[in-house]
Parts: sequence; structure tokens; C-alpha cells
Amino acid sequence: MSLDEFFVTGDPLILASQIAIGLTMIGLIALVTYLKRWKWLWSEWFTTVDHKKIGIMYILAGVLMFFRGGVDGLMMKAQTSRPNLEFLDAQHYDEIFTTHGVIMILFMAMPMLIGIMNVVIPLQIGARDVAFPKLNALSFWLFFVAAMLFNVSFVIGGSPDAGWTSYFPLAGKEFTPGVGNNYYAIALQIAGIGTLATGINFIVTIVKMRAPGMTWMKMPMFTWTSLVTSIIIVAAFPIFTVALAYMTLDRLFGTHFFTVAAGGDPMLWLNLFWLWGHPEVYIVVLPAFGMFSEVIATFARKNLYGYKSMVFSVVGIAFLSMLVWVHHFYTMGNSASVNTVFSLTTMMIAIPTGVKIFNWLFTLRKGRIEFSNAMLWSLAFIPCFTIGGVTGVMLAMAAADYQYHNTMFLVAHFHYVLIPGVVFAVFAGLYYWWPKMFGFKLSEKIGKWHFWLFVIGFNLTFMPMFFVGLDGMSRRMYTYSEGLGWEGWLGFSAVGSIVMAAGFAALCYNIYWSFRYAPRDIGNDPWNARTLEWATATPAPHYNFAKIPEVTRLDPYWDMKKKGETGLKKSDLKPVHMPSNSWTPIFLGVAFGVVGFFLVFEWFTLAIISSIGIIIGLVANSFDYDEGYHIPVEELEEEERAWRGDLK
Amino acid sequence: MTTVKHGFPWNHLIGFVLSILLTLFAVFIAFETDFSKTVIMWVIGTLAIFQALIQLFMFMHITEGKEGMLNVINIIYSIFLALVIVFGSIWVLTSGHSAIH
Ligand code: HEM
Ligand SMILES: [Cu+2]
Repeated sequence: MSLDEFFVTGDPLILASQIAIGLTMIGLIALVTYLKRWKWLWSEWFTTVDHKKIGIMYILAGVLMFFRGGVDGLMMKAQTSRPNLEFLDAQHYDEIFTTHGVIMILFMAMPMLIGIMNVVIPLQIGARDVAFPKLNALSFWLFFVAAMLFNVSFVIGGSPDAGWTSYFPLAGKEFTPGVGNNYYAIALQIAGIGTLATGINFIVTIVKMRAPGMTWMKMPMFTWTSLVTSIIIVAAFPIFTVALAYMTLDRLFGTHFFTVAAGGDPMLWLNLFWLWGHPEVYIVVLPAFGMFSEVIATFARKNLYGYKSMVFSVVGIAFLSMLVWVHHFYTMGNSASVNTVFSLTTMMIAIPTGVKIFNWLFTLRKGRIEFSNAMLWSLAFIPCFTIGGVTGVMLAMAAADYQYHNTMFLVAHFHYVLIPGVVFAVFAGLYYWWPKMFGFKLSEKIGKWHFWLFVIGFNLTFMPMFFVGLDGMSRRMYTYSEGLGWEGWLGFSAVGSIVMAAGFAALCYNIYWSFRYAPRDIGNDPWNARTLEWATATPAPHYNFAKIPEVTRLDPYWDMKKKGETGLKKSDLKPVHMPSNSWTPIFLGVAFGVVGFFLVFEWFTLAIISSIGIIIGLVANSFDYDEGYHIPVEELEEEERAWRGDLK
Repeated sequence: MTTVKHGFPWNHLIGFVLSILLTLFAVFIAFETDFSKTVIMWVIGTLAIFQALIQLFMFMHITEGKEGMLNVINIIYSIFLALVIVFGSIWVLTSGHSAIH
């Protein structure tokens, strides 16, 4: 392979990005060296096993990926803003919607939510860390390396271009011979290992490490939804693992699982993909539901209405989520009975979801609502998500779906589900838990700009897509001719996407501004909240709780505050056991990345040689007898005094 | 059943005897009868499932301890998922004109 096959060449846009990426890397390295921060980066972040720091790294990576995926979205909107534009050609458009979809779902939504789970869940259940801190770090590094591997595809080797669903036969070697779709198979496999480990980690954490007294029905809602999400991860991700392994075998070694010839069946890929893909939608949306529940209860100053029915509906959604996958391919020509059954199961999901919507509304009813930014996002979520849900029920009807399938109507539908359901939730969660991470609030004033620009821009962008969809525009169309009556809608939609981008810019500015100027003296409970994560210092100390709290009811911190039991007795302090940092997770992550890269290019000798790195990492990990260390009582006392004043 | 009982381990004895009986029965079916291969496979398979259940309940104590219920739910859910994935896929891929031939 010659160098100009290795690097993608011949497109000025990509050349510019290559140069920009190169310069940014050199700039960053120079900056860290100049500030003499390498050691700090290594010991405070790269080798950390602290769930809060890992969470922050997840979120940072998620914001970066949101930027990348968002730029993809804007480019697509620019290309279709007028008929017959030649800003992107067909190939380029294909690559962009593919990377956009994959990045938004797997490298933006997942890490953002897992990041917030990481920061919040151990604190919320009164634990000192997750069950397996080192495994948690490994999950992060696998995700991060996979995300980077996937992202370099557009400058090195060429991007995947068969859609985020990568349907066969198109995604097979015959029709897409380049390395692009290898990136899809390998990078997602690596990320999937990390996600599966996260799922296991959080199940064990929530089942085993809750504070004394926190029985199942006293668990905060976000903890519940995170538990259920983790269970769906463990149930569904292995299916994707298998499907991707078959895909890799087909593409790299010439097997015939999904090919048209030699007894393969392309529909098998669709079937396996959506057996994972539909539950995946709930994996990203359930934690979001949990976050809205916390935010709404806090800012309505009431406990969550219908807690039990909330729990049952989450479990019900999880159960049904494994039974609906065929609704993504009604049109493949199933028998009427298959389509009918899956229509019914799909519509049934609307019931528990509806229960949740009503519970949120009833929580708001007669509440003393405080319109903080976190609350605004939650309020905007309800109507926007309902539009997504109702159009979803329209798509659920198999007969009607023959009309809607693969049109812009569908694209509008799932953006109305995913953006309010995930992105609004992440924003709500960020505003709400930001102080917990960094010790100051994001500016409420700049936040209002962020909110209004983004919500208005979102509706302007995606509402027109419903109508062009009904007018017959199919999805993944890179251009269209004049006179179809679409230009008006699509032009409008393109302007909307710029407004939405301005909203995102306002968020970035808000983060910058607040880091520099936001007041730091906000106490440990800036929102007058209800759950345990606020019962300790803000930002949380590295040991989380000097003394593990005891829980007697739902909303335990609210209860403690009412009874005046938030104090800490000196005699309660005991040395705290903490896990030590470790270099193996980042080392293993990089090792997987290197092997993955060689596999993408099908350089098997190099791949085999470099897999020694993985083995070294695993062996080193097994012989790591580090037992952690103890924080002495004096140090705890000093840290606790710093924010509590005197101890009792 | 969470407290340790010091009586005679009836559970273990019954489980042990049942396991041996089931195994012998399987051997008998396989070697000493003239059923067709399919019938034999079905019978042995069914016996194996019973055997597994006996192991789980009588020796591995899945219902005992704080997490007994969780273990049971977990196993039932896993079996349910496996059935849905396998038989669901077969059903979907072999009905209608998308069928694999
Ligand atoms: C930031 C604002 C966003 C814009 C402007 C945007 C725009 C678009 C556009 C124009 C398409 C392609 C339509 C087509 O030609 O078929 C698309 C596809 C898609 N988007 Fe977005 N989107 C945004 C955010 C998101 C988010 C937050 C998610 C998920 C969490 C998401 C997930 C997807 C997926 C899965 C596809 C399908 C890709 C494919 O066809 O393979 N998008 N988006
Ligand atoms: Cu679905």
C-alpha cells in the first residue's frame, strides 16, 4: 500500500482537516510540555481509578464527539439546503451520515451517560467507588481508544460508508472493498468490550454496595434506571459482539455469514443488528429518564410522583425492549404474523413510557417550581419527546410503515426521541451535577442562551423533516432536483441547524466563562436537593463519604436535613481504604487500539506481533498485588473540617 | 434456609440419588432402546435439563442466601433471552418471502 492510499487525499476539505489535526496535536503536546504538566496528567488522570475523574474524562470525550458528530450533521444540512448543490459528493455524504450516526450514538450518547453515571451513582448510593475501579478505568480507555480509532478513519484509509446500520450486502467486501467498514467492525468491537464491562461493573456496584438501609424501593430513580440500563447492556451487547465478529470474519477472512453467495444471509445481519440496536436505544434513554426524574423532583420541591409505578415501568420497558426488534425491518418481507406480533409489542412500549410522562407531570403539579437551567431542559424534554413518541407509534404500525420506512419522516422521528431523550437529559444532568464535579455552578444566565437557542434550533431543524418525509424524500439522499417542493422545508431546516449550533457554542462559552468567573462559595448543597450525593462536600472528596450514611427512607438527604442529622461525629471517623492508581488500563487500551489499527488494514503479521502488548498488559494486571492504601483519620478530619466547620 | 442446619443432609442425599438415577436412565435410553435418534436426543436433552435443575437447587443453593431471589430471576431471565434470541431469529428469518432456503 502506498502512502497516498494510506492517507485520504484529493479532497480540500479533508486536506484542511488533516493539517488542522496535525497542528492541534503538535500544539497540545507543546502546551503540556511547556506547562510541565505531563506528570500531573499521568498521575492524576491517565492512571486514575477514581470514578469521578473517570466520569469527567468520559464527559469530556463525549463533548468532543458531540462536536465532531455535530459538524457532520451541519455539513449534511448544508449539502441539502438547496437543490443540486455540490458541496459534498455522494460518496462523501455517505461517509458523513455513517460517521455521524455511529459517533452520535456510540461515542457521544453512551459516554455522556456512562460518564454521568460514573460521577453520580456511587455517590448517590452512598458508596466510596464502583465495585471494580480498575475495570472501570479499562472500560474508559477501551472506549476512548475505539473512538479515536474510528475518528482517524476519515484522514487515514477512508471512512465507513454503509450507514450506522452497516447493512449487508453493502457492508460486505464485494461492495465496499476499502478499509472503511473494517474501521466500523473493529472499533465498535473494542468499544463494546468496554461497555459490557461497564454494565457488569454497575450491576455489581448497585446490587452490592448500597448504603445500609437503602432497600430496593428506597433507591433513587437515577440509580434504578442505571441498574436497568446496565442489565440491558449485559443482555444486548453480546449479540452485537457476535454480529461484529461475523462481520469481521466475512470482511477479513472471506467467510460467508452475511454474504449473498455461498449460503450466507444478509438478513441475518439485520436481525442480529437490531436485536442489539433496539435495546441500545433504551440503554441510552433510560438513564436519561432517571436524570429527569431527579431534576424534576428537586426543582418541584416534591418527591417523585408514583415512585413504584416508575420502577415498574422502567422494568417493563426493559423487558419489552428485547421483544420489538423487527419493527426496524417490517419491509423486508416477513409474514403477516411476524409483522403483527412485532407491531403489538412495539405499541405496548408506549404504555409504560406514557406512565412515566404522566408521573413527571403529576410531580410538577402543585410543585413550587424553580426554573433553573436543569429544570428548563427537563420541561422542554416532555413535549419534544412526546412528539418523538407519538410519531414512533405511527411507525410501529407495520402497514403504515411501508409508507414511512426510510424516509425523512423516520429521521425526524428518531432525532425527536434521541435529542430530547439523550441530549436534553445530558444537558440537564450537566447543569445539575456540575457543582458536584467542579465545585461551581454553570452560569444560569448564559445557560438561558444555550437553552433557548438549542431548543428552538432543534425544532426548526427537525420539524420540517417530518413534512419532507411525508412528501416522499427518502433518507440518506445526498441531493435532489428542483420543483419537488422540498427546498423551502430543507432550507428552513438548514437555518435551524445553525441556530442549534449557536446553542452548542453558548454551552462551550458557558463552560469557559464559569471556569473563570463563577462564584466558588456555593456550599455542599447548592440546589437544596434530596439524594445522598449532596450529603458530602461539593465537589466530592476523593473518598466520597467520611462516614457511610445510613438510609431510612426515599430521598434520604431531604430527610436528614429535616431532622437536622447532617452533621458528622468525630468519633465516627475511621481510616478509609482506597484503591491505588494503575497503569494497566491505559496500557491495555492503547494495546487494543494498536492491534485494532493493524486489523483494520489487514496487516496480520503486525497485528499478531502487537497483540503481545495485550498479553503483557493482562499478565501485568494479574500480578498486580497492590492492596490500595488507607487515608488516616487525621486527614479525613482536616478535609471534613474544611467544609463543615467544627465536627461534633 | 439462611441459617445453617446441622441435621442430616437430606437435600444432598436426594439430589445425589436423583442425579445418579437420571444419568443411568439416560444411558439406558441411549444404549438399550430402539427409539430413533431424534427421540433419543429429545429424551436425553429433557433429562439433562432436570439434572441441571437438581444441581442448581440441591447443590448450588441458588435459592439460598441474601441473593437467592436475584439468582433465580437472573437465571429465568437469561433463559428467556436465549429463547427469544434463538427462536425469535429463526421465526423471523424463515417466515415470509425473506426465508432462507
Ligand atoms: C446536532 C444536531 C444534529 C443534526 C444537525 C443532525 C442531522 C442529521 C442528518 C441530516 C442526518 C442524515 C439524514 C439523511 O440524509 O438520511 C442524520 C442522521 C442520523 N442522526 Fe443526526 N443530527 C443531529 C444530532 C443527532 C444526535 C444527537 C443523534 C443521536 C444521539 C443522531 C443520530 C443520528 C443517526 C443514528 C442517524 C442515521 C445515520 C444513518 O443514516 O446511518 N443525530 N442526522
Ligand atoms: Cu427500535
